[in-house]
Amino acid sequence: MFAIFKKELRAYFINPVGYVYTGIFLAVSAVICAMTTYQKASYSTASYFQYMIFAFIILIPLLTMRLFSDERRARTEQLLLTSPVSLTGMVLGKYFAAFALFLASVLVSCINFFPLLAYTIADKSAATADVHVGPVGGQMVGCLIGIILIGAAFIAIGVFISSLTESQLSAAVITIAVIIGMVLVSMFNDFIGVQWIRTVLDWISVLSRYDYFAYGLFDFSSLLYYISIAGVFLFLTVRVFDKRRWG
Amino acid sequence: MIKIDHLVKNYGANCAVDDISFEIARGEIVGFLGPNGAGKSTTMNILTGYLSSTAGRVTVDGINVLDDPLEVKRRIGYLPEQPPLYLDMTVEEYLIFVYNLKGCTFNRTKHLEEICEVVKIQDVYHRVIRNLSKGYRQRVGIAQALVGNPPVIIFDEPTVGLDPKQIIEIRNLIRTLGKDHTVILSTHILQEVQAVCDRILIINKGRIVADERTENINRAAEGTRRYEAMICGPQREVLNLLRNRPDIAFAEALPARDGDAYGYRIEAKPGMDMRKGLFRALAEKGWPLIGLEAMGMSLEDVFISIVDQASAPAAKAAKGDRRARPSGKQTEHDIARSILDATAEEQKKIAPYTGDED
Repeated sequence: MFAIFKKELRAYFINPVGYVYTGIFLAVSAVICAMTTYQKASYSTASYFQYMIFAFIILIPLLTMRLFSDERRARTEQLLLTSPVSLTGMVLGKYFAAFALFLASVLVSCINFFPLLAYTIADKSAATADVHVGPVGGQMVGCLIGIILIGAAFIAIGVFISSLTESQLSAAVITIAVIIGMVLVSMFNDFIGVQWIRTVLDWISVLSRYDYFAYGLFDFSSLLYYISIAGVFLFLTVRVFDKRRWG
Repeated sequence: MIKIDHLVKNYGANCAVDDISFEIARGEIVGFLGPNGAGKSTTMNILTGYLSSTAGRVTVDGINVLDDPLEVKRRIGYLPEQPPLYLDMTVEEYLIFVYNLKGCTFNRTKHLEEICEVVKIQDVYHRVIRNLSKGYRQRVGIAQALVGNPPVIIFDEPTVGLDPKQIIEIRNLIRTLGKDHTVILSTHILQEVQAVCDRILIINKGRIVADERTENINRAAEGTRRYEAMICGPQREVLNLLRNRPDIAFAEALPARDGDAYGYRIEAKPGMDMRKGLFRALAEKGWPLIGLEAMGMSLEDVFISIVDQASAPAAKAAKGDRRARPSGKQTEHDIARSILDATAEEQKKIAPYTGDED
C-alpha cells in the first residue's frame, strides 16, 4: 500500500497534472481570499471557505481523474492486481496520495491569512478594547477542518468514478457533475416543500453538515458523516475491482 | 508446483475456459499454445489472480488461489500480453516501484542490478520508459516479472511485435530462466514452444486438446519418411536405382538441379530407415549424395490438425458421422494421445507426392 501511495504522489509531479492542480488551487484561493476579505474590508473568513468549496468542483476531479482510469487504459492495473497487494491496500494507497496532496495544498493556502493577521495587529493598536478585531480563530480552524473533510469525501467520490471508466476526461466530467449535484442539492433544498424529500436530500447534502464547522463548532456527527461518505465510496471502489474479477 | 483442477471460466453465456486440468512440475518450461481466443490469456489471468474462476481449483505451491491470493501472487512473476509499464517513469524508478510493491526484503540495489544484468537493460537503466524501443520495453516487462525472484514466471506472448533478433534473444533469456524457475509461456507461435519448452499444452476453444512432451510432438511431426535428396549422376539411372531399392516405397525426380546434381523426392517404406543403405548404394555406383533432407510435416501442420480434429468430433457427431465423439470417460490426455496417433496415421496414408506442391 505504501509503495502505491508513494508512486501516486510522485506521479502527480512527473505528470503536469500535479503542478496544474497546485497552481490553480493556490491562485484561486488567493484570489478568493483577496476578494472576500481585503476587498470587502472584512475579517470574516466564512465566505472565503464557502467559495473554496465551489472551487473544489473543478479542483478535486483534477486530482482524482487519472488515478484508476489511466491505469486501466495503460493496462498497468494488471501489475497492481497481480502483485501481492490487497485491493483495499491499492485503493487506500491511491486515495491517500490524492488526499495528501489535497491536504498539503489546503495547508499551504493558509498563507493567505498572514496578511489578514498583519492587518489585525495594525488595527488592534488603533481600536478600543471592547471591539473585537481580527479573524475569529475558532471559526477559521473550524472551517479549515470542515473543508478538509469535504475534500476527503469528494476525493473518495472521484476515486470511485475514476475506477469506473477508462477515460480520464469522462472521469473528470462525471466527477464534476456529481460534486455539483451534491453542492446544489443543499442550496435548493430550502425550496422544496415536501418534508420527506427534504430529509432524503439532506442526507446527501454535503454542505448542510458544514455549517457547524463554519460556526466554529466541532460536531462529531458531521465528522462521522464525512468519514462515512469517504468510506462508502472507497468500499464501492474496492467492490468495482472485485466485481470485475468475477465478471 | 502448479495444479489446475477442472477449471471453468464463463463470461456471461460465453465459456472461455471449459473444464481444463493440468499440472506443472517445479522447474518445467511449459508452452501454452493455442489460436487467438482459445482461452490462454484467461487461464493465465486466473492463475495470477487477476481474474476469478467460475469453478475449479487452482493451487500454486500447494496454496489455493482463492484461500490466500496474496501468498500465491508473491510466488508468481507475470508478464501480461502488454507489458504493464508506467511510461513516464525511468526504468530505475519503475523497478524500484515494483520492488516496493512486491514487498521484497533483500538488498534492493544488488537484486535490481542482477535482474538488469540477466535481461540486459543496464544501458537504459536511467532512461524514461516512454523513449525505449519495443524490445527494451519488453525486457523491462520481463525484469518486472523477475523482481522478487518468484519461483513461477508466466509470460503471455512475450515475443509479439519484436524483430527476429530480439525474438531469439528473448527466447534464449526464457530458456536461461527455465533453469531455476518454473516457466509458463503462452504463445501462438509454434517454433517458439519448440525452441524453448519441455512440454506443450495445446488449448483450443477453452479445452486442452494436447498435453505432450515437446519431443513427442516433434516426433509426430517428423513421423513422415519423406526426404529430398540431391544426387550427382545420370538422372534416369539414379531414379531406377532408387525405385529398385527394397526399402524405398516411392521416388521421383524434382526439377531442382545443382550443377550435375539432380533433386529427388524419396519416400521410405514404413518402419525402415533407408538413409544408410541409400548412401552405400550410391557410393558403390560412384554417384555422390550431396544433400539429404527430411521433409517432416511442420509443427504448424501438426498444430492445425490437432486443433481442427479437436473441434471436428463435435461437428461430425452433429452430422451423424461415423467417427464418434470422444466419450466423457476418456481423459484429456487420452484424447491428445489419440489425436497425435491419428495424425501420424494419416501421414502414413498420405499418397505419394504428386509433385505439384511447393
